[in-house]
Amino acid sequence: MKKLINSAENVLADALRGVAAAHPELTVDYENRVVISNAPREGRVALISGGGSGHEPLHSGFVGAGMLDAACAGEVFTSPTPDQMLAAAQAVDSGAGVLFIVKNYTGDVLNFEMAAELAADEGIASESVIVADDVAVKDSTWTAGRRGVGTTLLVEKIAGAAAAEGKSLAEVKAVAEHVASQGRSMGVALTSCTVPAVGHPSFDLPEDEMEMGVGIHGEPGRTRVPLAPARDIARDLVEAITGDLDFTGAPVIALLTGLGGTPLIELYVTYADIADALAEKGITVARSLVGDYVTSLDMAGCSLTLLRADDELLRLWDAPVNTSALRWGV
Amino acid sequence: MADAATTDVVTLEILDRWVRLGAARLDAEAERLTALDSAIGDADHGTNMHRGFAAIVAKLDAAPPQTLAEFFKAVGMTLVSKVGGASGSLYGTLFLDMGKNAPDGTSMSAAEWNRVLAAGVAGVVGRGHAEPGDKTMIDAFTPAVAALDDAVAHGASLADAAAAAATAAERGSADTEPLVARKGRASYLGERSVGHIDPGSASTALLLRAFADALAGEAA
Repeated sequence: MKKLINSAENVLADALRGVAAAHPELTVDYENRVVISNAPREGRVALISGGGSGHEPLHSGFVGAGMLDAACAGEVFTSPTPDQMLAAAQAVDSGAGVLFIVKNYTGDVLNFEMAAELAADEGIASESVIVADDVAVKDSTWTAGRRGVGTTLLVEKIAGAAAAEGKSLAEVKAVAEHVASQGRSMGVALTSCTVPAVGHPSFDLPEDEMEMGVGIHGEPGRTRVPLAPARDIARDLVEAITGDLDFTGAPVIALLTGLGGTPLIELYVTYADIADALAEKGITVARSLVGDYVTSLDMAGCSLTLLRADDELLRLWDAPVNTSALRWGV
Repeated sequence: MADAATTDVVTLEILDRWVRLGAARLDAEAERLTALDSAIGDADHGTNMHRGFAAIVAKLDAAPPQTLAEFFKAVGMTLVSKVGGASGSLYGTLFLDMGKNAPDGTSMSAAEWNRVLAAGVAGVVGRGHAEPGDKTMIDAFTPAVAALDDAVAHGASLADAAAAAATAAERGSADTEPLVARKGRASYLGERSVGHIDPGSASTALLLRAFADALAGEAA
């Protein structure tokens, strides 16, 4: 294992020190491992997300004006705990309530559920939205349901804009749920990732194979297939996503995130083919974002997210945002 | 209840001995639990449970609980904040709900222990929505509570009832091997989860056996 770390045990604590050093506009609560925005939030709904670490910039990179008010960091690939989430809620609630944005993994869901109960005991009103957008997982009552991936960023941005406009907790939750229901994602891994505390790759993936539909913790996908050119991968991702939801006749927001170990030039190569594949299907991309946004440590590969938007969602998407990883209109 | 021998009540002292014995056994078996978890999960169940119970021991040393309710709450909150993931919230809920249903004071009868454990397990079901056969800790807890119900109804001693519950949990855990996981991360594997024992059911069986042994006087 070759990593830029001091010790595997202290990766999260050391990274939080770096976040604080690099971003004076954020406050880091080291004890509770919560990153808090210094932007004003008096009287409006506050947004809190969080999850296992290793997906940066998700979530701490999206803390700031127009997006999240706080992010709770768990250990690498491990859900944060309810006491962290309660500390976050206490830090950012200004009386209008908090919205928890949760990726659909059992640990995250259960811990945020307990946090909501603890918050209620403290007199803090909260609502939760669960993002479950990974089409690689069959959505059935016989599984934990679809995993939450790229749509999470879109929910955080759009709900953040709604909160910034002073909408009520119920209204912000409705916007967040609408976005969550209209987003679909699928990823592909060219290599495994290596969890620092484990020290070796999470799974074996031969040099000439790739995992279609991989999860952002290295969970198995739909199929393992021979490595193919970017244009074939682009087509497969587009086919899987558009086969699950009709994206024609509406403006679409497209997010192509790298998984941490793929250079931007390769993401653009892939995005060119994705844009072609979408155009062939008569799908109109109104906004797009290409880069490392929802990652899986050092995994090579990418994940495509499409959101079936409308004029109102585009307006909220375009609203000013000022975070370390997403910034425009300011 | 005519025979009020010490072994027929669960005391704070026995509970303290239980979680310390549980911590020692989780330490000894952390690798086995983690190996079970690496087959169908994310390879951290042993490490996480061991970390949680080590934190419980530290907490009990620092501030010994004075009542049953305090004991269960301290254990539950520590598990919630130190174990993380699904296991932390599920085991945390178990102990927190046991605390909410514990009788006042510092000891409870076999029937009360039965009721308290059943309430905790009901809390776990309410939190995780697992049913028997989903390949989870519920597959160990459900037969354990049933065995406890049965033993208490037939007037068995507390020691015999606890031993029967532990045996039922061990059997329930072993019986998860041929099941398809329907909850948690293992459910993504579908049919590929067959042929492996659920790690959560294994730690449940370990803890219930430790309880029976602690009652019988064994200490860490």
